[in-house]
Amino acid sequence: MHNYHWNWGIFFQTIPSGDVTYLTWVIHGLGWTVAIALSAWVIALSLGSIIGTLRTVPHRGLAFIGHAWVEFFRNVPILMQLLLWYFVVPEMLPAELSRWVKQDMPAKEFITAIVALGLFTSARVAEQVRAGIQSLSRGQRFAGLALGLTTWQTYRYVLLPMAFRIIIPPLTSEFMNAFKNSGVAYAIGIWELIFVSRQMVEETGGQVFESLLVPTVLYIICSYAANRAMAYFERRAHVPGFIVAK
Amino acid sequence: MYKYRVLFALILGCAAHAAAAETLDGTLKKVKETGAITLGIREASFPLSYLDAQQQPIGYHIDICKHIADAVKAKLALPKLEVKTQAVTSQNRIPLVVNGTVDLECGSTTNNLDRQKQVAFAPTTFVTNVRMAVKKSSGIKDLDQLGGKPVATTTGTTSVQLMRSHEKGKNIDFKEVYGKDHADSFLMLETDRAVAFVMDDNLIAGLIANSKTPNDYAIVGPALSVEPIAIMLRRDDPQFKAVVDETVKQMAKSGELTKLYAKWFMAPIPPKGINMNFPMSEPLKALIANPNDNPAESFKK
Repeated sequence: MHNYHWNWGIFFQTIPSGDVTYLTWVIHGLGWTVAIALSAWVIALSLGSIIGTLRTVPHRGLAFIGHAWVEFFRNVPILMQLLLWYFVVPEMLPAELSRWVKQDMPAKEFITAIVALGLFTSARVAEQVRAGIQSLSRGQRFAGLALGLTTWQTYRYVLLPMAFRIIIPPLTSEFMNAFKNSGVAYAIGIWELIFVSRQMVEETGGQVFESLLVPTVLYIICSYAANRAMAYFERRAHVPGFIVAK
Repeated sequence: MYKYRVLFALILGCAAHAAAAETLDGTLKKVKETGAITLGIREASFPLSYLDAQQQPIGYHIDICKHIADAVKAKLALPKLEVKTQAVTSQNRIPLVVNGTVDLECGSTTNNLDRQKQVAFAPTTFVTNVRMAVKKSSGIKDLDQLGGKPVATTTGTTSVQLMRSHEKGKNIDFKEVYGKDHADSFLMLETDRAVAFVMDDNLIAGLIANSKTPNDYAIVGPALSVEPIAIMLRRDDPQFKAVVDETVKQMAKSGELTKLYAKWFMAPIPPKGINMNFPMSEPLKALIANPNDNPAESFKK
């Protein structure tokens, strides 16, 4: 690549036919990436906790729902799920509602993206929650019930508090994945980092490396920040003497 | 000792100089050494460069590139020259040409000043107008009717920028929606996510011709931009550029280009036997009469 024409100053140049710089675009893109990842993570953590718990309750029907949910959302690629939500699901709605969803719904791309990413990630979170609960000795459940707690209370006060502490490390990876997976949102036209990168390649006339490297570094920073935030949370939630070291 | 060293350096210098006058350089040297030339092809740039039913690259620009490969074969006296193809996308075409993976990009690339910092272009062989596809039933005739309405275009294309300038110039506000590729953008129009799709007219004509109901769509409105499309090659490679330029100019002069244009734009083409029915534009006629590699900026009114 000795004949590639490097130009790091490109980020301070104004975009064609506009009054902002490419740097503004990148910051804008970073904002969307963070917004998608955090919103999807809220959905994933809430739904994933419920579904994961359902998979361990002593009730066939509820366990089946949890099972079906996990298998569907875990076995279809995220890009495919996103395109299904975007192109196929609206066509199944009644005509008037369908038109509204496709044209007038506020923030329609953003909502589609966080639903798709949130549900996809929820299946993975659910598996971790289930694993966390099942890793506790059966004695804990029995002890709770023997004390006269209801099933709900046993979960709320005995099982879940420990299960969640145990699964913080895999949840950390999942939270970091939310940032990286948010990149698929470019496919439905959200100006997040990958979109900005692709558009920059085009509008700068081929400053490919600069346009790819800066978003790469920003993804690393985002994921690492997510990692550190979870590590802080892990230390704060630590119960002295129980399983988690340090 | 010193004397000999100077003498030796002088001899070496003369020898190198003499050799440079006749040795091959750049792409031609590479092709001569490897016995192969690699064409960059697009998979769906209708009908300039796309894949047929057997997944073989065909199209107007592919035909022109084959002529150039023949010229290289003759120039290097390499009867067994192997012509390889490599699929490229709008994202990777420039780096692949720059790093030597592809010697000649035969797709649908706009020649503009920014790109000329990275690559060089053959004389312009196609001129595209950026216009919009709409559903006939919508009754839309002009971009100015689209204020507040969703308008589709494809991520990573110049059309995104053109729509932005148009909004600014005319003080209207589209709700832009972006497909990740032209097929997705067209799907947005098809499913009413967008009321118009802004893109190069030959590409939308191809998408319409291949859609389920071609008669439901129309290409309307004035051109947002007129852009020269050309075959792309490495920069600062005068020997290869000379062969490419000479071949294209010769094809323009002999009427071969006009014949190829008729074959791809005015007659049924694979894979479905659709006729694009896309007569040659005035700017392209002028370019064939007087071939050049001027960038898009020189086309602006």
